[in-house]
Amino acid sequence: MAVVAPKESASPRAAGARIAPARSERSRAARSVAGRQQAPWTPWAFMAPYLVLFGVFVLVPVVLGGWMSLHRWDYTLPNKPFVGLENYRQLFDPTSSSSQVFWGAMQATGIFTVASVPLLLVLPLLVALLMRRSFPGRNLMRAIYFAPYVLGVAVVAVLWRYLLDNNIGVVNQTLGALGLPGDVAWTTSVPAAWVALVGVTVWWTLGFNAVIYLAALQDIPGELYEAARVDGASPWQQFLNVTLPGLRPIFAFIVVITLIASANMFGQSYLMTQGGPGRETRTAIYQITETGLRGFRMGEASAMSYVLTAVLLLASAVVFALLREKKGAGR
Amino acid sequence: MTHHRPRGPRRPIAALGVATASALVLAACAGGGAAEDSATEYSGEYTGPAVELSFWNGFTGGDGPFMEQMVADFNAEHENIEVVSNTQPWGDLYQRMPAALTAGEGPDVAVIHLDQMATFAARNLLTPLDGLADGVGLSADDFTDEVWTAGEFGDARYGIPLDVHSLAMYYNTDHFEQAGITEAPTDEASLMAALDALQEAGFETPFWMPNRWPAHLMNLSLQWQFGGEPYAGDGSAVEFAEEAGIRALEWQRGIVEAGYSPAEVAIDAQYLAFKNGETSITWDGIWQINDLEASGLPYAAAPIPVIGENAAVWANSHNFVIPRQSGADDNTVAAAQVFVAWMSEQSGTWAGSGMIPARQSVRDSGVLDGTAQGIVAEQIDAMRFLPPVPGIGTVQAETLEVAVSEGILGTASPEDAMTAAASDAEKLLEENRAAFGD
Repeated sequence: MAVVAPKESASPRAAGARIAPARSERSRAARSVAGRQQAPWTPWAFMAPYLVLFGVFVLVPVVLGGWMSLHRWDYTLPNKPFVGLENYRQLFDPTSSSSQVFWGAMQATGIFTVASVPLLLVLPLLVALLMRRSFPGRNLMRAIYFAPYVLGVAVVAVLWRYLLDNNIGVVNQTLGALGLPGDVAWTTSVPAAWVALVGVTVWWTLGFNAVIYLAALQDIPGELYEAARVDGASPWQQFLNVTLPGLRPIFAFIVVITLIASANMFGQSYLMTQGGPGRETRTAIYQITETGLRGFRMGEASAMSYVLTAVLLLASAVVFALLREKKGAGR
Repeated sequence: MTHHRPRGPRRPIAALGVATASALVLAACAGGGAAEDSATEYSGEYTGPAVELSFWNGFTGGDGPFMEQMVADFNAEHENIEVVSNTQPWGDLYQRMPAALTAGEGPDVAVIHLDQMATFAARNLLTPLDGLADGVGLSADDFTDEVWTAGEFGDARYGIPLDVHSLAMYYNTDHFEQAGITEAPTDEASLMAALDALQEAGFETPFWMPNRWPAHLMNLSLQWQFGGEPYAGDGSAVEFAEEAGIRALEWQRGIVEAGYSPAEVAIDAQYLAFKNGETSITWDGIWQINDLEASGLPYAAAPIPVIGENAAVWANSHNFVIPRQSGADDNTVAAAQVFVAWMSEQSGTWAGSGMIPARQSVRDSGVLDGTAQGIVAEQIDAMRFLPPVPGIGTVQAETLEVAVSEGILGTASPEDAMTAAASDAEKLLEENRAAFGD
């Protein structure tokens, strides 16, 4: 990493100083490279394939979504009247039905995010710490922890919906056989439904965060642990003073992607609880889908998307501000 | 849909944006050329060049293989027409078809439910079929009034009814025998007596009450039985929070409170429990008949008992439609008409799928003799349908279905749940009226 870089870059310079002709050769080559860079469209040409995709799938939809949110927009009808900020006003008018439903869904999203993000930050780290050790069957165990992540949401949700069925499911039957309460309604009552949704999500996606942690752990130089041991640090102290600071750079990344993924939860509640009981586990994305794609009220749905995006941007900004590496702090 | 996938659309705005943007592009493409009314002429046969018809339907249950067989038979009989069916859940079909049609990628012929007909017609997505109905010789006196008129919107007919299907009561004949019950319950007193007898015979929870599908269909049936009407016929008012609707939901909740059903039954669990012999009675659609036959369960079907004052049961009807699509040529439309006419004539065979043929003349021809749904078909005059109001399907899903779920789970009192849902439904219907330019 950065520590070793200066040592290597020193040697070519020394070689160039000794052999003068080679040096002038090199600088000519450098000039011609600079000449090619002068064509102003070159970088754009290289970026074009991505820019096309970015434009079609991000920029255009962002602008169109904003435009739609100012209309009563049903794409099958010729009449799409302009309504100004009416869709937004309704979302912030506590007496309107769409506002109650939307903020209920935002609250559900909040509950899920607050419950799932800490677990998805801590448990994968523990798994990664275990998987870093060398023991027989390590690769098999790594594969097992990662395996659920390979499954699609439909498979995961349908599988667990039947396992968690309160009357005919294996989970309750097993709990009952162990003398534990075997009549919890995992998909039809809260808070049990939240426990089920968070548990299933953690089981499903834990492997992804664990792999990122594992890669980051393997990047921490062994010498640092060696030095810590020489200084007489206990394993716990090593964890606090070597491992955690070493993970800091990727930590902000993991927090933000986990946060956004959790805030975008849809498939699990759509398939396992159908948003129930009532509307309790209906998340924001669920509500946006229902409104826009099934109810054909796309203007309202676009307005909801914009509000959700604003909230997520704010949350991400807070996370980055909290986890930013302060100058002079750390290593 | 996915959680945590790096390749999935990360931001919701992007996710929705993609959908909306493509919708916009589609809408832009659909501008002209979609308004030919050539389909009203029906010549009776198709002699043109070979065509392939894309046929969309939602027969994903026990009725699916049967439809596949009928399509294969049609293809074998018609050398120049090849029907390719595309079967997907009804909910997905109703979501995708408008988008696909506006893009010119939709089906050439489709089956939709009667309660969706007005929505599709109001969106100007269907071709009028008056000529076809006349050509095949369909007339009002061969159908019950509601089935016939619901296929019309404005001044034109858009649907050719294939069948009617209603809710039915299924019961486990082994359980009934063990409990000493000899006849299917027909009213509230005999139903309660049967439930008590079943409990005494050791079947502790003989009648599981779902909180989702088909709970709202049970609720609608009961509302009609109690003399109510969930919506005013023209969709101008919501009436499911009145006495009949509340009594219906209270009755459903009462089954849970009396201990005939476990509390908080999960999605689909009541049907699985019935198939596994864990519960003795369940109310479900007659489209499940073939699935129950295949399961080998000792069961029988009967009309749902009359709990309220009048016999009434929720029903719906599968209708053939020919969508209006830009770029559809006359040959495709002519061939689609031949297909629809052939299917309508074969509706007696379709009875094998568990459905009830829509035509009186076909029902009287004996095709229902010895079928499980035959006894349900006798109740055809008690069958009730949702009114043909554009957008009513989504209104139902967003309001009544949620209220029924809350009431049965006990998270809200039946009255509070229904009242709140009715006020939401009023607003949605009002928005729909504005959108569809009523």
